[in-house]
Amino acid sequence: MSGANDPYDPKQVAALSPEALDAAVEQAREAFAKAADLDELAAVKPSHLGDRSPVLLARREIGALPPAAKAEAGKRVNVAQNAVKVAFEERRARLQAERDERVLRDETVDVTLPWDRVPRGARHPISTLAERIADVFVAMGYEVAEGPELETEWFNFDALNFGKDHPARSMQDTFYVAPADSGLVLRTHTSPVQARTLLDRELPVYVVCPGRTFRTDELDATHTPVFHQVEGLAVDKGLTMAHLKGTLDAFARAMFGEDSKTRLRPSFFPFTEPSAEVDVWFPEKKGGAGWVEWGGCGMVNPNVLRNCGVDPDTYSGFAFGMGLERTLQFRNGLPDMRDMVEGDVRFTQPFGTEA
Amino acid sequence: MRIPVTWLVENLEFAETPTPDQLAEAFVRIGIEVEDVHKLDSVTGPLVAGRVVEIEELTEFKKPIRYCQVEVGPDQVNGIVCGASNFQEGDTVVVALPGAVLPGDFTISARKTYGKTSNGMICSARELGLGDDHAGIMVLPSGTAQPGDDAIELLGLGDTVIEVAPTPDRGYAFSVRGLAREIACAFDVPYRDPGLAEVPEGEGEVLPVHIEDRTACSRFVARRVSGVDPTAPTPWWMRRRLMLAGIRSISLPVDVTNYVMLELGQPLHAFDASSVKGGLVVRRAAVGEKLTTLDEQVRALDPDDIVIADDSGVISLAGVMGGASTEVGATSSDILLEAANWDPASIARTVRRHKLPSEAAKRFERTVDPALAPVALERAARLLDMFGDGSIKPGRTDVGAPTLPAPVSMPINLPDRVAGVLYGRGVTARRLGQIGCQVEVTTGDGGATMVTAVPPTWRADLTQPADLVEEVLRLEGYDTIPSTLPPAPAGRGLTEQQRRRRTVSRALAENGFVEVKPFPFMAPSVFDALGLPADDVRRNTVSVLNPLESDKHALATTLVPGLLETVQRNLARGQKDLAVYTIAQVTLPRTQQVPVPDVGVGERPSDAQVASLLAALPQQPVHVAAVLAGHREHAGWWGKGRQADWADAVQAARLVGQAYGVELTVVASDLAPWHPGRCAELRVGDWPVGHAGELHPKVVEALGLPKRTVAMELDLDALPLSDNRPAPIVSAYPPVLLDVAVVVPVEVPAEQVARVLRGGGGALLEDIRLFDVYTGDQVGEGKRSLAYSLRFRAPDRTLTVDEATAARDAAVAAAAERFGAVLRA
Repeated sequence: MSGANDPYDPKQVAALSPEALDAAVEQAREAFAKAADLDELAAVKPSHLGDRSPVLLARREIGALPPAAKAEAGKRVNVAQNAVKVAFEERRARLQAERDERVLRDETVDVTLPWDRVPRGARHPISTLAERIADVFVAMGYEVAEGPELETEWFNFDALNFGKDHPARSMQDTFYVAPADSGLVLRTHTSPVQARTLLDRELPVYVVCPGRTFRTDELDATHTPVFHQVEGLAVDKGLTMAHLKGTLDAFARAMFGEDSKTRLRPSFFPFTEPSAEVDVWFPEKKGGAGWVEWGGCGMVNPNVLRNCGVDPDTYSGFAFGMGLERTLQFRNGLPDMRDMVEGDVRFTQPFGTEA
Repeated sequence: MRIPVTWLVENLEFAETPTPDQLAEAFVRIGIEVEDVHKLDSVTGPLVAGRVVEIEELTEFKKPIRYCQVEVGPDQVNGIVCGASNFQEGDTVVVALPGAVLPGDFTISARKTYGKTSNGMICSARELGLGDDHAGIMVLPSGTAQPGDDAIELLGLGDTVIEVAPTPDRGYAFSVRGLAREIACAFDVPYRDPGLAEVPEGEGEVLPVHIEDRTACSRFVARRVSGVDPTAPTPWWMRRRLMLAGIRSISLPVDVTNYVMLELGQPLHAFDASSVKGGLVVRRAAVGEKLTTLDEQVRALDPDDIVIADDSGVISLAGVMGGASTEVGATSSDILLEAANWDPASIARTVRRHKLPSEAAKRFERTVDPALAPVALERAARLLDMFGDGSIKPGRTDVGAPTLPAPVSMPINLPDRVAGVLYGRGVTARRLGQIGCQVEVTTGDGGATMVTAVPPTWRADLTQPADLVEEVLRLEGYDTIPSTLPPAPAGRGLTEQQRRRRTVSRALAENGFVEVKPFPFMAPSVFDALGLPADDVRRNTVSVLNPLESDKHALATTLVPGLLETVQRNLARGQKDLAVYTIAQVTLPRTQQVPVPDVGVGERPSDAQVASLLAALPQQPVHVAAVLAGHREHAGWWGKGRQADWADAVQAARLVGQAYGVELTVVASDLAPWHPGRCAELRVGDWPVGHAGELHPKVVEALGLPKRTVAMELDLDALPLSDNRPAPIVSAYPPVLLDVAVVVPVEVPAEQVARVLRGGGGALLEDIRLFDVYTGDQVGEGKRSLAYSLRFRAPDRTLTVDEATAARDAAVAAAAERFGAVLRA
């Protein structure tokens, strides 16, 4: 090795010659390219970028050059060293990408494997139907009223203008509770909530009441002794049967689509006068669009208003009621009502949380 | 009620009679429900009258068979095999000859049967589609027809029967008379009302009648026809109409009473006059009195029953069924006819009490026209006179004073105001006149036009303006009422409780539970299976008097039994992994049951009366319950499943609490039907709101449930509706995480340890989480190690490890002081 002060031509130092440096760079490139993976690359790295690599050894020689030659030689070494570094980084990046790709490829799974680890829950369609109906009326400004299932005869019958021994009372196939003169019944309809509402709330009232009701019908494909109704009641100044019709039509459209509508047939209920049966036009009826019996309705009988302390000369009202099981049955085309009450989870599960 | 169209239109003046379908549509439009329309014209081909010439009894078969020679035309006699035996040689019968087609596409042909060739069939009424009577073949009254006469015309098979079901307020519509008037209104055609026929004055009384109880009977009319030929047949036209109406012919007097009832709506009773002793008294039954009714049943009478008595005692259960002692029999020739108006409510009670529904009672319960009795009696007497060859006695007894409908006044535009329709001028007065009201239009106070209607005697249901309004609206047609939405009031939306209940239901469903809706009816024996102690409050149930299944008469006080039954049903159908829930009212009798007060109607009950009505009801809180059986998580390609365990039940309860915005605390408890060591009581503060855990192994065994079935039940109404308005402050500074394991006596609940650690850790302790529970040699007998991860954080600065360590030590110190906890080495 030359001494620091030895004057000599830098071109005479072989290690710093452009040829030598180019060769070193070329060797490094070849070595890196030969490395098949990151480990091999790491193994050859010191030979070309380490302290004993040709380029770094060449850099040491610069100090011995005359000042005039230092700059040029230094530049040349830098270029060579950079070229080696770039070659290394390029190869490293390439090998890294290959490795990442391989790892991800190796981690591939069958994403179609079934996943039912946690069983599926569901709400009963009668519950979701009741809520849907309540929401339709809440959107119209109604509130949701409630009442007990075991009810006094006064609320279930007397207040609703059922005469003590009128055939209408026995038509309702009532469950009575002990003792024989208890004066309590399982409510045969949600209508007692009408009387409760009128006694309880300030006028005007617009309420809807979904709830469970009871009649002594044997369970079969179209009857169940425990069923659900939804009751509507509006009492205000100037309400007419046209308002009842308009409300029912809006209800029908919300439930069965824009093409739906209702039809009223004269009927009799002790608590309404005039009274009507409601048919609904159901566009998706099995076997073609048509009328389906839906429920009962009418103008609140002035006797009911009087029984609840409402002046029938000032206020009028309308009321309506539908069976939820029946509504669900024709809406969804369910052949057997027993499925709704037996609690077989296979019936309920497909309804999910919104029906 | 079944009514032949030819009868319906008899007194209507149609220019052109509407088709049966048009009539049925009209009934529906004005409020008479139509159940069915039976067309009788489905018989074609040769159907003739025949005379039975000779009967040969064939005895070699299992049942009696007859081979009959029947004259079916001039000089034509056919051999016909017949299985019925209610006819004799010489009787006139209806024969379907080969080629005839009967209802149901039943083609008659000559065929060999029972060793004979049968050339036709002798028909029953049902085979001809004329009614349900299949007791035997139809025998026509002698002289009705000659052999070979066309029976299609004879039987009136071009007719149609309309079956209607009038609503119970319209008693008048249970008659041809009332239904014809409805049709007259619907089609605007004139109507001759046979119920308004003139009745000649009677000459004196037919027998003395005393009405003891005027509320029981408002009118009693009697007439007598003597010398009636007991063998006189009922004329064919009457029999035919009765048959089509579904009533079997019995004898002329009975048939006449039934016929007049159908025609006019007034039920009649025929007594054998010779069996009646002395005068009659109408009264309530005395205690202990008995009556043998027409059906040969001895009936113990109730003091509420209305009876007719003669000198011998009770002879009839008024309005419901006659007595056997005065029954019109095969030799009766002296007939006493009775028509009366009975108290509808009393009749309804008697029918229910004795389980004796009848055509007569059905009409009395719905109120019979109080002016009709003499008219109906006259009609019946004349029919007996005419066809029974009797003679009407001059006397008529007519006692009592029926109340007639009172006038009803209303503004003449009330129908318009109720309907929301502007009807044409005169519509209201015209429609009210059409239904039989006497109508007067006047100018009332303040110049308003009023209409006053005196309802006809048969319309006791018209008592208030709303009743008149309905008549106008229904006859004008409900289809003329427009559809208008009322102006929307401002509603307040769902109540907090309603929203919370929805959230509970949705939370459970989204966590894998399936909602079911069991009936609230339970057999009390279930409480034994559940191991409830004899004095358990849940055994105190309200009992249904008329349950559908006799053992299931108790109203549920808890929802768990209903869910377990649902689980059993699902298991039986092969579903083994189940998570079900229900939300429903339960019925909890009060310790002091208050009787229901007698509250009247007509005005608002006082606040005190309302309060006592409400107080008389058992409490009915809304509960939620859930049951899990089998796997909570399925096994699969991912590995093993996980059995549902007690913790899942507690978790379900916590989920409900969270939906209410309430953190439930858990306390170890011991309540049937739960496992005594695996039962959690859930509390809000110190207030118990329900239980959760594993069911007692004995209960599981008794009910055949999967091992380790778990359940929870909470009283939703006991959960407070918290004013849940959190205002969390989220610190962005880094936390310090420290773990700590404390050794405590094994009986100290983890919940309490965590609570004390949390308290001791102070404000810097952000979160505490139990990550390991260890019992074993390393901690010693009677002890367990609870390992917690603690996360400390300050809201305003980066917490130092020293600060966090100090807080942790404070937490452990608190646990040491409270439970003697020591740090696990």
